Amino acid sequence: MEVEKNFKTAFAGGFGVVDSILEKYEYKKANLIAILQAIQGEYNYLPEEVIIYLGTKMPLSPATIYGVATFYSQFSLDPKGKYVIKICDGTACHVRGSMPVLNAIKGKLNLKEGQFTSDDGLFTVETVSCLGACGLAPVIVINEKVYPKMTSDAVKTIIDTLLSEERK
Amino acid sequence: MAKTLFINGKEVEFDNEPNLLEVIRKNGFNVPTFCYRPDLTQFGACRMCVVEVVYPNGRTIVNSSCTMPPEEGINVKTNTDRVRKIRKTVLELLLANHDRECTTCDKSGNCELQKYSEEYGVRNIRYAKKDPEKYLPIDHSNPSIVRDPNKCILCGACVRACQEYQGHAVLGFANRGSKTTVGPVAGRELASVDCVYCGQCKAVCPTGALTLVNEVDKVWDEINNPAKKVVVQVAPAVRVALGEMFDMPAGENVIGKIYSAMRKIGFDLVFDTNFAADLTIMEEATEFIERVTKGENLPLFTSCCQAWVRYVETQHPEMINHLSSCKSPQSMLSSLAKYILPKTKEGYTKENTVVVSIMPCTAKKAEIKRKQLTDNGQFDTDYVLTTQEFAQMIKSAGIDLKTIEAEEADSPFGEYTGAATIFGASGGVAEAAARTAYYLITGEEIASDDIVELRGVDKHAYNKDVVLDIKGTKVKVKVVSTLAEAEKAIQAIKAGTADFQLLEVMACPGGCVNGGGQPTSCNTPELRIKRAEGLYNEDKCDTEFRKSHKNKDIIKLYDEYLEKPNSHLAHELLHTTYADEFKGSYKDL
Repeated sequence: MEVEKNFKTAFAGGFGVVDSILEKYEYKKANLIAILQAIQGEYNYLPEEVIIYLGTKMPLSPATIYGVATFYSQFSLDPKGKYVIKICDGTACHVRGSMPVLNAIKGKLNLKEGQFTSDDGLFTVETVSCLGACGLAPVIVINEKVYPKMTSDAVKTIIDTLLSEERK
Repeated sequence: MAKTLFINGKEVEFDNEPNLLEVIRKNGFNVPTFCYRPDLTQFGACRMCVVEVVYPNGRTIVNSSCTMPPEEGINVKTNTDRVRKIRKTVLELLLANHDRECTTCDKSGNCELQKYSEEYGVRNIRYAKKDPEKYLPIDHSNPSIVRDPNKCILCGACVRACQEYQGHAVLGFANRGSKTTVGPVAGRELASVDCVYCGQCKAVCPTGALTLVNEVDKVWDEINNPAKKVVVQVAPAVRVALGEMFDMPAGENVIGKIYSAMRKIGFDLVFDTNFAADLTIMEEATEFIERVTKGENLPLFTSCCQAWVRYVETQHPEMINHLSSCKSPQSMLSSLAKYILPKTKEGYTKENTVVVSIMPCTAKKAEIKRKQLTDNGQFDTDYVLTTQEFAQMIKSAGIDLKTIEAEEADSPFGEYTGAATIFGASGGVAEAAARTAYYLITGEEIASDDIVELRGVDKHAYNKDVVLDIKGTKVKVKVVSTLAEAEKAIQAIKAGTADFQLLEVMACPGGCVNGGGQPTSCNTPELRIKRAEGLYNEDKCDTEFRKSHKNKDIIKLYDEYLEKPNSHLAHELLHTTYADEFKGSYKDL
């Protein structure tokens, strides 16, 4: 799988990136959340190997770090795609049709039941409870960009646009 | 004037107790607890210790007594209808999520969840039972500990024990809310992390979520096999704890009854690991003197504790040369038995001799599987049973330990001195070594056999520094228990600030008397103090034989076989090597 390949190349050169993040945050226990955020920023998720590696370098055990990483929903232990599509399923978005939009995305990306990242490793789909933009319902956010008043057709076009950019 | 508060109407004094629960228990009242362990930090997870507190102004609250500091003038009610109902509901909720197959659980009869459910008369659980289809797999990978997540009540005692005693929590909480679990990192097996097998997680677990690997049936099979000669040895700390499981007081030395029970069970020869402890002192003291003379690989680390050995190998592999090359007493005796018995006893061959050892320790189960402790592919020690398993064996054989007559151990590995007995308490190995090292260096006997500064097993005595004066030569000895304290000593060595020449480490708090395989004592720290007293009492009762070099059978062993300490044959049989390979460790990425 593409994602796994990316993962292997990421660690081919060892944990240099992790080391520099640790240096920056002085290996401090109190900085754990910031360190995990920086690592997730680098890899898009928290690889198990990195969590264990952190445990051998910081004054915290791997199991403790894993506990923190699994406690907060901001951290992901599964590889994520280059584009993370967050689809709001709060009350307002739900009544204005977020589910058909979600189904359209799943269909477009060929996601099976329980699969959240597309086979090409480009897209990850997540539902969130409320993005606080109810006036724009139904709303999705791709990486940092907000797309208001989504429809099944519109979301397919957006994905096509992103795909064609990737092919360039 | 002392401050006072009221418990169920009775006025009681309090001073600097860390929490209300301690005041309650100190004054003859009790409340149930799962997560509270006096030697660990308070956690307030289980909510079983809730009490009603009435303030002087009439305000009433319900609070967990383990997390509440005692306050002047409050009226604490430990047994109201309200708190009883809360506790019963807590039990019902815990049981709804619990694998309730009690009869086949290793903790049955010794389980706090079972005990309180019975006391509170929980007969009907209003909540739906967890679907057995959804049970998580049981982890049998670890040689010492079995982890059954379906019996975990999330009290966190194991997580705290691992973190606070051993300093590197291989167990931790994962996930959040109703999905919370306790386990090793990223769902790994307990064999694929840096577990040192000390068993303290199991010792503080209130339920059957963490139990020891029970090998009683395998030992019965060996005993019942007429082709096998099954010999047994028993460690120092077992003799002062086993009695507790037969309604005898903690610290009562039942060694004679143990020998007798062993024969009744059907063991062919009964030996005492204490003999090998004396031998360890002869070898290790000689090794220490040699290292001091040459000035190399100092400080010397003791190597009796397998949890400590594993810790050095996995966490500080660059320091394995500091470890004494001596095998643990258990392994020394096993090697000797398989070497000497076939030469001296009729019917014994290397192949048909089975060595079983009775240990206070769960890590010993892992130790015997080390490849460095084999001879031509055959393990030196075949089985390790903990004190708890041995008690089970005695009970199932219908033996009443309390009433049977004491007997003597068998020759040639049955004689021992007081120096060997005190191996079971933190500081004992160093004290025993000092007595013999003094003699080996000066040719004279040490003025006083009692080096009391090295003693103490309570939580204020995890770290002891003693300077010994050997006729003008000062030797600094550091004694630690718990690996968290050992880590501090290692950091001092790495920083160049360590000034000690000998480091004795026992991984369990207070040493082997409080080992992971001993009868449960996590709620009563006094038990290990009594057990240690039992050992020191035996040490001082025979004034002539308090030093390992006075053991007549040890002298005979050197005369007949080994020649002298650290001789070629001694090295072959009694010494071992260490590996800085990280199989199953975090470094094995």
